[in-house]
Amino acid sequence: MSGDHTSHPGRHRLGEPRWVRWSLIGFTVVSLALLLLLPLVSIFSEALARGFGAFAESFSDPAARSAMRLTLLVAAIAVPANVAFGICAAWAIARFDFRGKTLLTALIDLPLAVSPVVSGLVYVLLFGLQGWLGPFLARHDIQIIFAVPGIVLATIFVTFPYVARELIPVMEEQGREQEEAARLLGAGGWQILWRVTLPRVKWALLHGVVLCNARAMGEFGAVSVVSGHIRGKTNTLPLHVEILYNEYNTVAAFAVASSLAILALVTLVLKTWVERRAERAQEEAARLEDQAGREEVVYAHHA
Amino acid sequence: MPITLERLSKRFGRFAALDDVSLTIEDGELLALLGPSGSGKTTLLRILAGLDVPDAGSGPVDFGDGGDRADERRVGFVFQHYALFQHMTVFDNVAFGLTVRPRRVRPEREEIHDRVHKLLRLVQLDALAHRYPNQLSGGQRQRVALARALAVEPRVLLLDEPFGALDARVRKELRAWLRRLHAEIGVTSVLVTHDQEEALEVADRVVVMNQGRIEQVGTPDEVFHHPASEFVMSFLGDVNRFHGRISNGKVQVEELGAAVPLEATSASADGVNARVFMRPHDLTVARDDDGAGQPSFSATIVRVNAAGPSVRIELENAAGGALHATLSADELARDQLAVGDRVQVTPRRMRVFTDPTPVGTDGKGGA
Repeated sequence: MSGDHTSHPGRHRLGEPRWVRWSLIGFTVVSLALLLLLPLVSIFSEALARGFGAFAESFSDPAARSAMRLTLLVAAIAVPANVAFGICAAWAIARFDFRGKTLLTALIDLPLAVSPVVSGLVYVLLFGLQGWLGPFLARHDIQIIFAVPGIVLATIFVTFPYVARELIPVMEEQGREQEEAARLLGAGGWQILWRVTLPRVKWALLHGVVLCNARAMGEFGAVSVVSGHIRGKTNTLPLHVEILYNEYNTVAAFAVASSLAILALVTLVLKTWVERRAERAQEEAARLEDQAGREEVVYAHHA
Repeated sequence: MPITLERLSKRFGRFAALDDVSLTIEDGELLALLGPSGSGKTTLLRILAGLDVPDAGSGPVDFGDGGDRADERRVGFVFQHYALFQHMTVFDNVAFGLTVRPRRVRPEREEIHDRVHKLLRLVQLDALAHRYPNQLSGGQRQRVALARALAVEPRVLLLDEPFGALDARVRKELRAWLRRLHAEIGVTSVLVTHDQEEALEVADRVVVMNQGRIEQVGTPDEVFHHPASEFVMSFLGDVNRFHGRISNGKVQVEELGAAVPLEATSASADGVNARVFMRPHDLTVARDDDGAGQPSFSATIVRVNAAGPSVRIELENAAGGALHATLSADELARDQLAVGDRVQVTPRRMRVFTDPTPVGTDGKGGA
């Protein structure tokens, strides 16, 4: 669009003068480069500082492998759990009117509002030895804090809002009519969910899953509090990076960090792809609608 | 078996959407629920469908084999905005009601195929079975919605402002088509509309609703020509409305300087307030009184609008009040009526509604 305007230099343009535009763009690009791009480059350059051999070796370390396995395991539990919670919460909020709906909607955002460290501490207070449920758990020999269940719980807590927040506005916008129609045609609750509701929100759901997964794999604060940092046992990738770094094992630290950076890049690509697919689906629908409208005019003329 | 609704009430907060409504829907008829928005017609339809539950009164709890759950009632529902499943083809939309059935009562694949195509032929969309809803025009979508509703072989078909989202031309076409379709398949149908023309044209019987209550039930002819209340009179078409007071068995309309004869059914005690309604097409406008003995009054032509099949004339009576009349172009030409002319207006038909009890007679008329 701006190309159209600049090709007519003589014409008076509405909007900001050129120098304002260029300094705004320039400022944004420079800060992005300094704050985001440079660190990303430095991660890879530090990781490869002593050649590819040393880089690759960092991943064959059993502790690193265990951290990777744990991170994948935690994400594999936390993401599906939050998909289920997210769909339930979004359904409840978008489809029913009930007392306390506003409060529930605000509560969903709680994990985004509190510091992850606090989220972790809450679990220690609940399940730790000195915590409310500590004695009960100890008697039954169930370990949650400083073990995998604690890490999974903390991760689920901090990633809770992502799926629900993506779904609620989409489902609210779509309204209840199609589901009412399905119900009147004899569909049961599960049939409505699988055959009507989910197909309509699939892009929003996928978007939420991508974001939820990225946060689940990258979470540091909450997990750090509940994990106990037991090497080869309760260390996730982000925690492992910190340990390596504190041990002045820079190459290994940055090598493992680079795997997280790659995850971030993959997430960005996926996210952009999902957004564009959703956008294109919408454009396609609008285009077809337009076409159908024209056909109706023709049809009306013939009738 | 007729569907009987008894003393239904439904409130939303402090708003009474339905207030003690009783209604019998006869087998195979096409019934229109007509009223302005907020009159309770859609609430009544949603209660019939099982989408809403009445606070009081008994409704049709059982249309089919099941209980009072919406999905067991065998109702077909057509939404104003179609509510088609956007991600399914036309075929899958129509087949939905059959494919979601539990396996033991679900028809065979071939049978579903045959039934869906039969329905699509019925709504003249067989050629578009593979298309998606957003590839269809509004009129086509509503026909798909109708086929989808009919696929479950409903005991009753409910239509919620089915043509409300369509433009005028398509709406008119679909109305006539719905009338023919109903004659062909004969399923008991209830249509909600706020468009009196639509209700009068399509329905076997019309239920006129206002503020959660039923004002009148009758054939289109009955409700139009014999309105039971002032509301029905003014909702079904244009009216001119005048205030008067009964005196010596006639209604004195001071504004017009004329006395109007009373109908036998009206209260006739002197001093009772009355309202006189005249439809614009029941007025004769002429240069001179035709002398037929009918009450008439004089007025001045303020505006003449001859666009359309009939001519609309706006007039001002002797007291400065506005009224309007419609006449044919021929009548206009015969008398060469023009703006500024003083004319004599003779109502050929009118309706008088009186208050049940007289008000204090202080000698000075006017309401």
